[in-house]
Amino acid sequence: MSVQNDTPKKLPVPPGMSRRHFLMALAGTAAFWTADEFADWRQAIAAEAAQTYTPRYFTPDEWRFLEAATEQLFPQDETGPGAKALGVVGFIDRQMDTPYGRGGLWFMSGPFREGPANLGYQLPYAPREIYRLGIAGADRYCRDHHGNAFADLDHPTQIEVLTAFEKLPIMFGETLTAGIFFEQLRTNTMEGAFSDPIHGGNRHLGGWVMLGFPGARADFMDWVDQYGPAYPLGSVSISGETA
Amino acid sequence: MTTKNADAIVVGAGWAGSILAKELTEAGLKVVMLERGPDRATAVEGAYPDSIDELRGAIRHRLFQDLSRTTVTIRNKIGQTALPYRQLSAFLPGEGVGGAGLHWSGVHFRAAPDDLALRSSVIARYGQKFIPEGMNLQDYGVTYDELEPFFDKAEKVFGTSGEAYKVNGKVVGNGNVFAPSRSDDFPLPPLKDVYTANLFRKAAGEAGYHPYSLPAANASRQYTNPYGAQMGPCNFCGYCSGYDCYMYSKASPNVNILPVLRKDPNFTLITRAHVMRVDLDSTKTRATGVTYLDLDSNREVTITADLVVLGAFQFHNVHLMLLSGVGKPYDAQKNEGVVGRNFVYQTITTSRAWLPENTFTNQFIGTGGGGVAIDDFNSMNFDHGPHGFVGGSPVWVNQAGVKPIAASTIGGGKDAPRWGAGYKKALVDTYRHAMAIDAHGSNMAYRDVFLDLDPTWKNAYGQPLLRMTFDWQDNDIRMNRYVVSQIEPIMKALGATKYELGMLEPGKPFDTRIYQTTHLGGGAVMGDDPNTSAINRYLQSWDVPNVFVIGSNAFPQGMGYNPTGMVAALAYWSAHHIRTTYLKSPGPLVRV
Repeated sequence: MSVQNDTPKKLPVPPGMSRRHFLMALAGTAAFWTADEFADWRQAIAAEAAQTYTPRYFTPDEWRFLEAATEQLFPQDETGPGAKALGVVGFIDRQMDTPYGRGGLWFMSGPFREGPANLGYQLPYAPREIYRLGIAGADRYCRDHHGNAFADLDHPTQIEVLTAFEKLPIMFGETLTAGIFFEQLRTNTMEGAFSDPIHGGNRHLGGWVMLGFPGARADFMDWVDQYGPAYPLGSVSISGETA
Repeated sequence: MTTKNADAIVVGAGWAGSILAKELTEAGLKVVMLERGPDRATAVEGAYPDSIDELRGAIRHRLFQDLSRTTVTIRNKIGQTALPYRQLSAFLPGEGVGGAGLHWSGVHFRAAPDDLALRSSVIARYGQKFIPEGMNLQDYGVTYDELEPFFDKAEKVFGTSGEAYKVNGKVVGNGNVFAPSRSDDFPLPPLKDVYTANLFRKAAGEAGYHPYSLPAANASRQYTNPYGAQMGPCNFCGYCSGYDCYMYSKASPNVNILPVLRKDPNFTLITRAHVMRVDLDSTKTRATGVTYLDLDSNREVTITADLVVLGAFQFHNVHLMLLSGVGKPYDAQKNEGVVGRNFVYQTITTSRAWLPENTFTNQFIGTGGGGVAIDDFNSMNFDHGPHGFVGGSPVWVNQAGVKPIAASTIGGGKDAPRWGAGYKKALVDTYRHAMAIDAHGSNMAYRDVFLDLDPTWKNAYGQPLLRMTFDWQDNDIRMNRYVVSQIEPIMKALGATKYELGMLEPGKPFDTRIYQTTHLGGGAVMGDDPNTSAINRYLQSWDVPNVFVIGSNAFPQGMGYNPTGMVAALAYWSAHHIRTTYLKSPGPLVRV
């Protein structure tokens, strides 16, 4: 039996609901775990991952910046897949459309005052605003100092610029520092590489396979006292997708 | 405004609140429990596989305090402007039914006898001059022997796994040689060692220390507690801290107490009820009830009651006392008042060992309360004389299950790159082959470390935020550095290819951006003297005797151990005295 020739049984999708959302809603129900629907679900996710993602929040220029910058933070190399292969920018874009992206998880009441760094974030911007202002500031910096937008710089220059954002006191406007933007981007890049693929990143569980994390298995009763060897089973997503 | 009536009101649906509500309904009282967050049940919040989503759980803080409505402000010292704690990071209070008791790890200690009388112990051994200027070193006013039956009761309710050393004065097993005698063994045998804990056990033994299994409220076997609540055996899935345990293995109010309490006709739980204040009568010495904001209708509701129990998280209890006028607020300049005084934390640093490449540490396997510890440098178990500091620190491997996003934050060690190809390589090497050893130490109380109300920032309900004035102090930095230096022989015995010792750095202020621990304490401490404690040894307000305040707010110092076991024992201790003495003749249980 060839996997490619298998035609999964298609579940009827209620009107007004996308197939993916319908399948998402099935997760956790008893029916979902029967073999046919399970295969169907897995293929639906794989199909979406193979399609071109349409950004919900970022503009084309912002997207170009993010693809280039996240790939420098998390490059494709001999250790494993990079940010682009893992769908990191799509993950960040989806996150901008959540309560987190809108600042709903943070205390965002004023007044907003400057203070020492160790007392934490004190700006009035939600993550989506940090990105909007930060990417504009970053590209402006690149044009001023290197004559091009970040995505159009050569790789050594991109690394030099990101290092400057991380370490030097550069301002992107009146209050946003390059450092705050850099840390936001770095944090979300790693989240996109290593969160469950149901959130849109870690495509094909590439981040977990690289790390050796088995994902949603979450049962090590018979492996807890196997001392020394690597855990033998591969990674699995909450959706059931396997690597 | 509407008004309701109850015999007793319990604020907060975590461990402290749930224990008090259970005990008071057993005593026949009609109890209303108020919780500002949503209702939570393991069948919903803990359902596999949705519950084991790291992004939604530990990273986006699904079970934690909603900072968008209320937070605290923090500064390092008097004179500095405190700024809001806008993003959850250094500490992670819970919200919703179960409170921090739903998302905790499960390490379940009894307090060390010397820690309960630390001032007396230090003076007896080293003399009064040993206590540094400005340190408010105090005794709890209750002894280990008095609390022992309540430690025992809490372990039976929690289904705690562990190995005893002494029961009724007789050595019975390979438990902690520094631990005091117990009236009974642990209800469950110890959990299996994960690999790194086992390596630590052997290496610590070779180094001449005394390793023991951490007492864990993560069930090593199926268990039914005295209330009839059932727990399943822990499968080391690694989703304890930050999560609702899908295996029903980690003790929580939701699993171990509330299923029984919810069926009691004398018990009413009201969720999404944000308590605004304890209402006092005109004398300010008697509470008439509490007023809360119904977060669904946005209306204030007053409940009258004869007895008010504050069982919210440590600093929320202190905040409510300050907002309500229960007890005299602490004034650091004058060194007067008690509410907000002795605000304490813990000194926790992580050291790391890298093992050879053919050795896989499988750090994703774990359980929140399990592991192996040494107490050789905790409490009064060693000679402080040559070092000149007060306090100590257990040292342990407590591999609670390292998930990949958390691992990405840890990265590849101190000198590894933070991004790029070098970062990736070091990260993978560290995740596969490294292990973490924590020094989980005490933090003493100081005159200029305290809680009060912030003059500027307000919560979503128009009330002033609580303000923390906190920084690391010389005594505790030196304690941490000494104890961590004693990890070195363990590192050598482990055969580590490389190791890093994690220590507090002198001159580096407390950083609110980096997770430290949620083990905050003090601010409304227990004691024998109303000039230095807000509540008496039964956790009863000195000033408003029909208010009891239960939680780690009662700790005069931050102890090296995790606080939950002590909070649960204090809750049962206080409840016992309310039931046997207070209810028969309401009034102060201690006369000054």
